[in-house]
Amino acid sequence: MISVRISGDPLDLAAEAAALGSDDDTGAVATFLGLCRGEAGRLTGLELEHYPGMAEAEITRIAQAAMERWPVQAIHAVHRHGLVGVGEPIVFVAARSAHRDAAFDAVRFVMDFLKTEAPFWKREHLLDGTTGPWVEAKDADDRARERWAAA
Amino acid sequence: MKLKYFAWVRERIGLAEEDIALPDDVATAGDLIVWLKGRGEGYAYALERDAFIRVAIDQEHALHTAPVRGAREVALFPPMTGG
Repeated sequence: MISVRISGDPLDLAAEAAALGSDDDTGAVATFLGLCRGEAGRLTGLELEHYPGMAEAEITRIAQAAMERWPVQAIHAVHRHGLVGVGEPIVFVAARSAHRDAAFDAVRFVMDFLKTEAPFWKREHLLDGTTGPWVEAKDADDRARERWAAA
Repeated sequence: MKLKYFAWVRERIGLAEEDIALPDDVATAGDLIVWLKGRGEGYAYALERDAFIRVAIDQEHALHTAPVRGAREVALFPPMTGG
């Protein structure tokens, strides 16, 4: 089971965790929560632009690839768009499986591909009230994704 | 064909989306980018580092060598920074 949602509203983490569900064969749940950093007090938040339709489709494709690779029972992912304040969640990914390795690996795989393949773009909102530059893609994120090709 | 632009590509072109009639000599996504660059200053600025521009055809990632003829929607955007 895969569920993916793009939200313009702040995330309710208890509700998102519940959306993963469980059954009698579930023995492990792994979750990842990504937050908006303040960058040493420079930012009030980040604005996230996305490609409606493709954003959901691409994260679903990534989750499907994870489910083909590991014995995972379900993956639930939700990603914010719009203005996200410092300290607020941007992304939540959860996976469940019989044993922990599959759930841990699937969550990390989904995050590593989501960073470089899901159509979202961040721009900084600065403490002085102005809008800063678009965030540049990081080579480290490409390397994190490429690790899975070698594994 | 509908074209969509995101992030700084959208800002530099000055449009979020537009409908175009594909010229006969445009076969691939790379051809489309070259053709768009000739349509004005905003396009030329947005697409100046054309190898850097990412392409999606009908909401799936595609290479610059991918054919665009017959596509409903082509999107051009910078490398993604979600998560």
